[in-house]
Amino acid sequence: MLSYLIRRVTSVLPVLLVVSLLVFLFIHMLPGDPARLVAGPDATALDIANVRESLGLDKPLWQQYLRFVTHAVQGDFGQSLKNKIPVIEVIGERFWPTVLLTVVAMAWSTVFGLLIGVLSAVRRGRWQDYGGMILAVSGISFPAFWLGLLMIDLFSVRLHWLPTGGYEGWKSFVMPSFALGLGVAAVMARFTRSAFLEIAREDYIRTARAKGVTERLVVWKHVLRNAMIPIITMVGLQFGFLLGGSIVVETVFSWPGLGRLLVDSVAYRDYPVIQAEILLFSIEFILINLAVDLLYAAANPEIRFK
Amino acid sequence: MNSDTVPQKVRSPLGEFWRHFLRQKVAVAAALVLVALCLTAVFAPWVAPYDPTAADYDNILSGPTAAHWAGTDAFGRDVFSRILHGARISLAVGFLSVSLGSVAGILLGLLSGFHGGWIDGLIMRSCDVLLAFPGILLAIAVIAILGPGIDNVIYAVAVFSVPVFARLVRGSTLSLKGAVYVDAARAIGAPNRVLMLRHILPGTLPSVIVYFSMRIGTSILTAAALSFIGLGAQPPSPEWGAMLADGRSFIGVASHVTLFPGLAIFVTVLAFNLLGDGLRDALDPKLQRS
Repeated sequence: MLSYLIRRVTSVLPVLLVVSLLVFLFIHMLPGDPARLVAGPDATALDIANVRESLGLDKPLWQQYLRFVTHAVQGDFGQSLKNKIPVIEVIGERFWPTVLLTVVAMAWSTVFGLLIGVLSAVRRGRWQDYGGMILAVSGISFPAFWLGLLMIDLFSVRLHWLPTGGYEGWKSFVMPSFALGLGVAAVMARFTRSAFLEIAREDYIRTARAKGVTERLVVWKHVLRNAMIPIITMVGLQFGFLLGGSIVVETVFSWPGLGRLLVDSVAYRDYPVIQAEILLFSIEFILINLAVDLLYAAANPEIRFK
Repeated sequence: MNSDTVPQKVRSPLGEFWRHFLRQKVAVAAALVLVALCLTAVFAPWVAPYDPTAADYDNILSGPTAAHWAGTDAFGRDVFSRILHGARISLAVGFLSVSLGSVAGILLGLLSGFHGGWIDGLIMRSCDVLLAFPGILLAIAVIAILGPGIDNVIYAVAVFSVPVFARLVRGSTLSLKGAVYVDAARAIGAPNRVLMLRHILPGTLPSVIVYFSMRIGTSILTAAALSFIGLGAQPPSPEWGAMLADGRSFIGVASHVTLFPGLAIFVTVLAFNLLGDGLRDALDPKLQRS
């Protein structure tokens, strides 16, 4: 296990390196002078010269990159152009709302996705299966932002049950986490169903039935336990989907998170914030995938000992 | 029964595919919806009852009526006509971006699988990096560089289709590379280019077609999302996501302004996904046996 752990963790390093390089180059890929972009739209020639000096933009590219990485590791991403405060502070206060929203969405969508998937597989070819799979394919095709607007229309404007947006109390979580999680629940349901049906064909399941194990035990212990291995991987992949989805859902519900910050920053051309956010999102995604792979290895001896 | 004495009718691969596909009733229905949608998109200027950008300030935010089937928006523009014109944008963005992404991905996947070695390593690691960014994040980064606008959305959405197709085609290429007919072609002196494009490429197409359909659905959804958050199509374009963003302020007052464009996105994406499911079931021999 240890050698696998070391191998898997070190395999992340080159990806991190390239991602950080790309994010660093981002500022240089923009049309125009990077110093002018970072200094902001109403900067004077002196400001621009100062920025060029302080960011080391007059030095060779590789030195600038080293500077970028050493600063980034210490949490220094420069100043936000919009609020003139350090980027790390801007991002810091937006971090938890997004994490909480993502976790709530992930939790309910995994549970419901699993239940619908198992039900569809167990009742294969019957109405529960068709119903579950119609729900699932609709969920995948449903635009999260439209769902958000429909819910605001019904539950906030017409029924006054829930707030239209904001970040206060559990009520404000209901609609955003539902809009965010629907797609994931749908993917999980489809995936669970096929993983379940695949395992159910195995010989050891037939053996369990032949031994006289009750149907309930076969389903929940023998089949689902083995189907969990691919399902764990899927959960990890869906986190990336949620990070992406949060950008749109946060915009709909005025959620004070990283997603809406990114949209606002692109609109405002707040490049230091955009740069830091893209790096943060990518690192988060890479680390989640790493964690999932390690969990997967812990659950599946075949991989550990290869 | 007596198949060893009576020779069976030989079907072409295409005929075989049709036979399987036509059995998928839902997918056939989805395909018909899409054909109708494409026709509407092409003939939108002739089919739409009104000019999609013509304002009528005497008739703003009116609900669905006989004259305006889907009502009018805040400028008195006919929502139904705008949706018909919007179909041109969404379908064009979907087809163009996935075509761009798949052609690039197929070529990279062929090279990667066929040559192996450092070329394979380089291409596959680049794909890992691209896949390390969540799709819409990559699209937003591309738009931050190129600037907002529907043309740039096409490139932004195409970028994240590339690694998906590259991986897919590389996998099939690896398994086809060792096939006897490829060896035979090599033995009679076919150059690598011919081996890849004439002998291996056709074998990878079934899985490419399935992904193509599903990716169009995803791309249309992403493009609409980008327009919704203001990074894609700009007003007064009748793009569906942009229409939803316009209608946001009138929720509860004039819900039809957001209802119909949202429905259009949903039905279109659903049709592409159902078509993709059907194609997969018709093309994947592994599923046919169960």
